[in-house]
Amino acid sequence: MTKNLTRVVLAATAFATVAGGLAAPAYAQRDPAYASARSAGLVGEKMDGYLGIVVASTPELQRIVNDINIKRRALYSERARATNATIEEYALTAGCQAILKTEPGEKYQAPDGSWQTRTSAPPQRDSRCP
Amino acid sequence: MRIRDLTGRAGPATSLLIKGPAGSVAKKAAALLLVSVGLAGCITVNAPEEPIVIELNVNIRQEVIYRLAQDAGDTIEDNADIF
Repeated sequence: MTKNLTRVVLAATAFATVAGGLAAPAYAQRDPAYASARSAGLVGEKMDGYLGIVVASTPELQRIVNDINIKRRALYSERARATNATIEEYALTAGCQAILKTEPGEKYQAPDGSWQTRTSAPPQRDSRCP
Repeated sequence: MRIRDLTGRAGPATSLLIKGPAGSVAKKAAALLLVSVGLAGCITVNAPEEPIVIELNVNIRQEVIYRLAQDAGDTIEDNADIF
């Protein structure tokens, strides 16, 4: 009885692991074009919570950035309503967090407006960022 | 000795006012005081040498950002495909 129960629990755990492993990345992964533009430093995180083009703009980069920013704006709008904040407030907060989460080599916008390359050191952020 | 002399001469500016020996001396002292206050004011309102920098979204307060930080962090984690 105990043995059977253990087997069921183990099977369920294994199934959940496999299902979770399959489902999560498919949902959460960046579009390959965006991922490569980001790691190449062609696009970067702006202070205002949106993605910006770091180098000379091309139609392809513009398309990637617009696509991401439209989706971000919709998300900010929804969460701002849920948290009784304005879109700008929510977006700026998300910008603080997104810049903090950049990885070494990726670009982000410093408080003076310049593009910086993230190193292992903490990024330069707005003084109001948590 | 010299010190006492100097102290003696400098003293009257206040003591005359306190004693109030009615008339022009008190008025002159008051006028002098007003002028010096005026001058001091002029010096403090000099324009700053550094240009005034207007911060982006300066109307967004820090406490609002702190309140939203946790939610925004979760939102980014849950939507990793667009961040």
